[in-house]
Order: sequence, then C-alpha cells, then structure tokens
Amino acid sequence: MTYQPHLNRRHFVASLAAGAFALGWKLPDASPGMAAAGEAAAVGIWAVVQPDDTITVRIARSEMGQGTLTGLAQLVADEMDADWKFVRAEYITPQANLASGHAWGDMATGGSRGIRGSVDYVRKGGAVARAMLISAAAKQWRVPESECVAAKSIVTHTSTGRTLRYGELAAAAALLPVPTNVTVKDPSAWTIIGQPVHRLDTEGKLTGKQVFAIDVQLPGMLNAAIAQCPVFGGKLVSFDAAKITSMPGVRHVLKVDDATVAVVADKWFQAKTALAKLLIVWNEGENAKISSPQIAEYLRTGLDTPEAGVGNAHGDAKAALAGAARKIEAVYTTPFLSHATLEPINCTARYTADVAGNRLEIWAPTQGGDGALMAAAHAAGVEPSKVAVTKLHLGGGFGRRGENDFVMQAARIAKQVPGVPVKLIWSREEDMTHGFYRPITMAKMSAALDDHGNVMALHARISGQSITAWKNPAALAANGGVDFGQFQGWGKGEFGYEAIPNVLIDHAMRNTHIPVGYWRGVNTNQNAFYMECFIDELAHAAGADPLEFRRKLMAKNPKHLDVLNACAAKAEWGKKLPDGVYRGICQNMGFGSYTAAVAEVSVSNEGALKIHRIVAATDPGHVVNPDQVRAQVEGSFVFGLSAGLYSEHTIENGRIAEGNFDSYEVMRLAAMPKVETVIVPSGGFWGGVGEPTIAVATPAVLNAVFAATGKRIRDLPLKNQDLKRT
Amino acid sequence: MITLNINGTSHQVDAPADTPLLWILREYVGLTGTKYGCGIAQCGACTVHINGIALRSCQLPAGSMAGQKITTIEGLSPDGTHPVQMAWKELEVAQCGYCQSGQIMAAAALLHQTPSPSDEDIDNAMSNICRCGTYPRIRSAIHAAAGQAAPTAGKV
Ligand code: FES
Ligand code: FES
Repeated sequence: MTYQPHLNRRHFVASLAAGAFALGWKLPDASPGMAAAGEAAAVGIWAVVQPDDTITVRIARSEMGQGTLTGLAQLVADEMDADWKFVRAEYITPQANLASGHAWGDMATGGSRGIRGSVDYVRKGGAVARAMLISAAAKQWRVPESECVAAKSIVTHTSTGRTLRYGELAAAAALLPVPTNVTVKDPSAWTIIGQPVHRLDTEGKLTGKQVFAIDVQLPGMLNAAIAQCPVFGGKLVSFDAAKITSMPGVRHVLKVDDATVAVVADKWFQAKTALAKLLIVWNEGENAKISSPQIAEYLRTGLDTPEAGVGNAHGDAKAALAGAARKIEAVYTTPFLSHATLEPINCTARYTADVAGNRLEIWAPTQGGDGALMAAAHAAGVEPSKVAVTKLHLGGGFGRRGENDFVMQAARIAKQVPGVPVKLIWSREEDMTHGFYRPITMAKMSAALDDHGNVMALHARISGQSITAWKNPAALAANGGVDFGQFQGWGKGEFGYEAIPNVLIDHAMRNTHIPVGYWRGVNTNQNAFYMECFIDELAHAAGADPLEFRRKLMAKNPKHLDVLNACAAKAEWGKKLPDGVYRGICQNMGFGSYTAAVAEVSVSNEGALKIHRIVAATDPGHVVNPDQVRAQVEGSFVFGLSAGLYSEHTIENGRIAEGNFDSYEVMRLAAMPKVETVIVPSGGFWGGVGEPTIAVATPAVLNAVFAATGKRIRDLPLKNQDLKRT
Repeated sequence: MITLNINGTSHQVDAPADTPLLWILREYVGLTGTKYGCGIAQCGACTVHINGIALRSCQLPAGSMAGQKITTIEGLSPDGTHPVQMAWKELEVAQCGYCQSGQIMAAAALLHQTPSPSDEDIDNAMSNICRCGTYPRIRSAIHAAAGQAAPTAGKV
C-alpha cells in the first residue's frame, strides 16, 4: 500500500503548527519522570515522543467505553514500530483540529467508525513517524536509510549493530520533512495490531480518580440544574424566581432558551432542590394531546399503504405473494428507547467577556469535538477560534452524546454569568424525558412459501419514524424523501438472504413529535428483530430446522454464512440439550461486520425466562484488539437484551412517561449469562465492533423462547408478555 | 455542621442534615469517585461502605452519618491494589468506567462478608446497573478476586 498524503502543502504547514502547539501539552500524570526528561517532540502529527521514550499517541475520536482510544493507539504504535510499554494516549483538542484545517480528520465518534473510519490515515501517520525516526538515525550515522531497521522503539544499523532509541532520535526526527510516500505494513507483519493488550484508560476507572465531565471542578464554579418543557415542542411562558432566590446557595434563575429554565447555585444539589420548588408555566401546545395509542394507530396506517420508499428489491415480490401457494404474515413492533448513559448529561462552560474578543471554554463529554465546538460558538455568539473545548472520557455515549443540545445550553447559561464557570448537570429524570430516542417502528413481514417450504418471496414493510427526517430534512429531500438509514442491515451487501427469488424491502414514513436520534446499533436493532424472528416463523411453518433453513436462504451470501456456521459449530447446534433448555439462532450484517448468535434458554411454568448460554460470532474483517472485541460483544448482549426484554418509553399527553430506572428498566447482572465469543476475522476489510452484535441479541433469545414455549414474541419488550404455561 | 468520618479522616461539613451523603462527598468534600446515576437507589453508582456494608449514598441523609465509618472508592485501598481492583484490572472489566466505583465497592463488601461467593450470591449482591454491559466480566472478576478461578482474558 502506498501512501498518497491527504494533506496538501498548505495543510502540512498548518499541521506543523499544530505539532508545535503540542509541545506545550500537559502530558499524562501516569508518565513518571517526564517533567525532568526535557522536551517532547511531535514526529509527524500523530505521535509525540519524549526523551525518556514515552510515546503519546494523539487521539481524535472519543472514548466512551468502547476501547477506541486503545485501538487507535495500537494502530499508530504498530506502524511506527513502537514498544507498546511506552505508549500513552491523549486527545487532540477540537481547537487544535480546527486551527490546523482538521489535520486529525473527523472527531465524530459514532456508527462504529472509530477504528474503521480512521484506520487508513492513522496507520499512515504511524508509518510517517517510523520513516522520520529511521531517517534521523541514518543521518546521525551517515549511512543509507536502507541499512537501518526499526523495532520496539529502537533503530538499529544492521551491519554495525549500532542502536538509537526513539527518545534519542525524536527531537531531530521532528525537524525532518514529512515523507510523502510511506508504506503501511502487511497484516502479517503486525506485532501490536491484533494483540489483546490492556486498555490505556483503565487505572483511573478503578480508583475513582478518572475525571468524567460530571466531576469537573473549577475555582469559583457554580452548578446548574435545568427544567425543559415536559412536552416536546412546548414553550416556556413564565417562571416565578422570587420564591426560590432566598433558598440556600441559589444565585440565579435563568431562561436558557424558549423551552428551558435553569437554577444556578453554589452546589448542584441546592440547584436541583430549588428547581423542584420553582413554579414554571409552560405552554405545552398541541402535542400534549398525543399519547402512545394514537402513535401506534398512526404507524399501523403505514403497514399497507402503497406509498413507501424502497430500500432493496429484486424480482417481483408483490406478484409472487399475490399468487402464493402459502402466504405467511406477521406484524412486529418496537418502542421508543432512551440511551440512558449512566453518566447523566452534563457540560461545564465559562464565558469570558474580553476586550480582545469574548471567549468560551467548554468541558464536555462529547462524541464529537469539532461539532461541540461549533455548536457552543453558535449558542454563545462567539467566534469559533475563541472557543476551547476540553474533551473528557464519556460515562457512556451510545449515540446520545453526538447531540450538542446540552453543550449549547451550558454555553447559554455561562454567557449570562460571565467569568464564572458553570457546570450544568441534568437529573436522571431530565435525561430520560429529554432524549433523542430510538425511533418507534413497526414492520409487516410477508412471505410466500411453495409446497416444499421454499421461500419464494419476502416483503418487509417498515412503518415508523425516520431519524434523517428529524435530524436532517435537507438530506432526506436530497434522497427523494427516502431515509436509507431505515433499511440498515437490509441494504445491498448487508441483506443476507439474497437467494430468495423475490424480495421487497420498503418503508412508509410515519413521523411523530418525539425527537429521535442514533441509538447504539440504530436501525439494525429493530430490523434484525423483525427479520430474524420472522425467518424463524418461516422455518417453523416449513417444518425445517432454523439453521438449515437459513443456510439455504444464504446460499448467495457466503460471508454471512461462514459466520453463522462458526456460531452454530461453537454452540454445537443440534446436540441434545438438558431437559427444558431450548436454542434459538439468528444472524445479521451491519456497520461493516457480520454477526450471528445462538442462545440457550429455559422458561419455567410460571413464565420466568432464564438465559443459560449465549454464543456469538463476528467477522469484523481485521481485529485490532481481540479482548476488546470480546468486551464489545459481551456488552452488546447486555445493551441489546435490555431493549429486547425490559426497556420501553411510552408517551402520555405528549411527554415521556418513564423518568428513571425504576420505570425504564434495564438488564442487571443476575439475568446475564456468560457470552462465548467466536471471532472469525476473514481479513481484507475493517468492520465495526461496538454496534453490530446488538442486533442479534434479542432475536437469538426470542427464537429460543419460541422453541421453549411455542409463543412468538412480536412486540417488544418481552416484559409486557406473559410466558406462563396455560 | 456535620462531622463525618470519611476514609479515616474527619470532615466538618456545613450542609443541611437531609443532604444525601452522595452530594456531600461530591460537592463538599471533593471526592468525585462516588457517582450520581439515578438518585433513587436504582443504579448503585453511588455505592459506598458504611461500617463495611455497601449502601447507596444517594439515599443516606448526611445528618444520619455522624459517627459512622464511611469508605469511598478513593479510600478502598491506598494504591488501587485491593484484590477486587486487581481482578478488575487483570480481567479488563471497565468499559466507560462510570459504574465501576459502585460495582467495585459492592463487590468488595460482598467478598468481605462472603469470601467465596457462589454465582447466586453474586446475583443477589450485584444489582448495580452497568449500561456498557460489563456484567459477565464483573462476575468472573469477583470469582477471580475470591481466588476461585484464574483470570481467563488473554493479555500481552
Ligand atoms: S445514584 Fe444512588 S443508586 Fe443511583
Ligand atoms: S462500564 Fe460503563 S456503565 Fe459500567
């Protein structure tokens, strides 16, 4: 692979400036002796090398638990032939990225793109650093570069055996021209990529020392609690500040925007206590008349309408269904869900009115960086170049922290209290009732079977809310009103049942007033539940084994099939199970990776579900850190099964009815079995890891529930269903 | 003034007696390792030890804590080497880490009371929420800390 630099000359100069900026960095405390060690040197733009050999890899994406920080550092470190024990990681700042013309690429972290979306340029960045270090050594020894090799942070002159450490070379290397032509390694030469190294961000998470954004403490800081209009789309009319201004610690009662009030106090608990006493008049508006039954009714009108955007089709499914020997139909539903990151939504801001221009500082748990900076600048009316954002590790993101609503609120509050840092924290109730929810959808699944149980046609009709319509109407219009994200997992190259001769996948858009957004796994979650449970229904109708039945339908999708087979083999599909234990199986493809799962469950006479075993297989192409892939697969089952078994938001009078974990239930440890992960990387591509497995969690378990009980669960979550034997 | 014994140190705190211990720790004493997750005893992110027992500090009025021995994650061990922390590190339990202070405090109290817990003991004691889904590793790490099983995650 030959590197053609994506930085043009102008960018290159800018990135050098950014590198120089990095010299003044505060480096991690976990690097003993560094202060005494002298100057750090940026070799290229991705790595800073200290005289004591410490290497700080710059990270643009956000760490929210998914392990991207460590994985990205592995990519750079391997290509620069670093010794992993010297490697640390540190965020570049959004302002440095902005000032450099986005030399570090996109900071947005979502869509399981943290690795696969940056792999090309960060690996090249590591290779650039290696080339510069080798070049510096060759110059010092006055020998050709071709006689020098690098390994484990040491350059060796092969014929004489002389060596120089990266720490000794970095200062000279940093001054060399950045090579325009470097080669990244063949996967066979990787020494750090593919290894289950420990995460770089663990220590502080076990001792309470990790500072999350909610933990930020600044001199003179005040704390804000907010109330937003309970009904989405409603407006703030008035509030009666006088009654609470004398309460302990209260400093300000502020209008934040046309639907939000904040109480600012010395302590957050004082602000929250006072806010609870604040009389606020809202104009809830027309949306207050909408509740879940009306929304369900509205979505049902989309199940049969001829007006629908087509996501994938071949053959003539409608005709084949009309003339079918046997037609099978089922309607499936999924509810709104909130992200419920365990760290509640928060952001700290300080606005400084300055003769030289107003400034804004932000401390944020953001899945972006660039976006948070621009949003904050816009909200406070400050030049983007005058905004400084400090990113902190996120206490969960799941898509929620790609939104900037809370950053803008913090900026607006800070602007009203110039010179004073203010930390905004949302209560859990505010968090759950003002999210960007996983959209509500339904699906009508129809299939034609011939006399031998072959699937002759499949029509998957989704009816429900579109994320693109909410977030980006212009993009929707540009696609002729079709939201292609809606078909995630079912697009060309994703859909695993191409052997079915007639297929139609379409979507009737039914939007509500509830804000929607990307929820970890996004539309693959609902779609895989619809498809994989329905395929199970068809297997049952055809009297076929669910694995054998799928194998036939996947004849044209060998990569999907390999993963399904790997999963089935590990799970010993077909082997006799203990009495009362039953299996379910499913597969999916999304975010660039192939996944499959087998679950083993039992259901008591009283209807209590116990999951005994989960086996999961994934083919993400290349694997950066197998232990972190396993961690993401395990976590994906907890996240997916929370949605499948427990969680649900309902709408009452225009607002979210469930405000905390007592009513919005999530999975707990006792319900969670061991997950046996089979990683089958087929190489040649980079797929996502944080999201693809979530989709297979629920259908695997619910297909097993059907095997155990004969009850087909078509409406999530399972907690609303009765599995009692009658 | 409330006098609190936190991690072996006496602290004088000027706060209303009904302020939850969670917010006293975070906002008056500056110990932010103890986390807010729900405020209604559901999530366990705020778990601390009161006289060695794991309790949810969002539900403990500060005024009732005088004379009690309060231990937070910062005081669990001087250098992060409590067996639970060591097992957590070895098995790479933490993802985002936000729940882990509470999980570790709950696990440490469990092992103190039940040095060799069964899976059922773990089920009963470990009801804290982890949204990242680290439950399988929490279970393995508790067994590992109890000396019942060797850590299984491969490491370089
Ligand atoms: S914050 Fe105390 S249990 Fe959730
Ligand atoms: S590690 Fe993120 S909530 Fe548990």
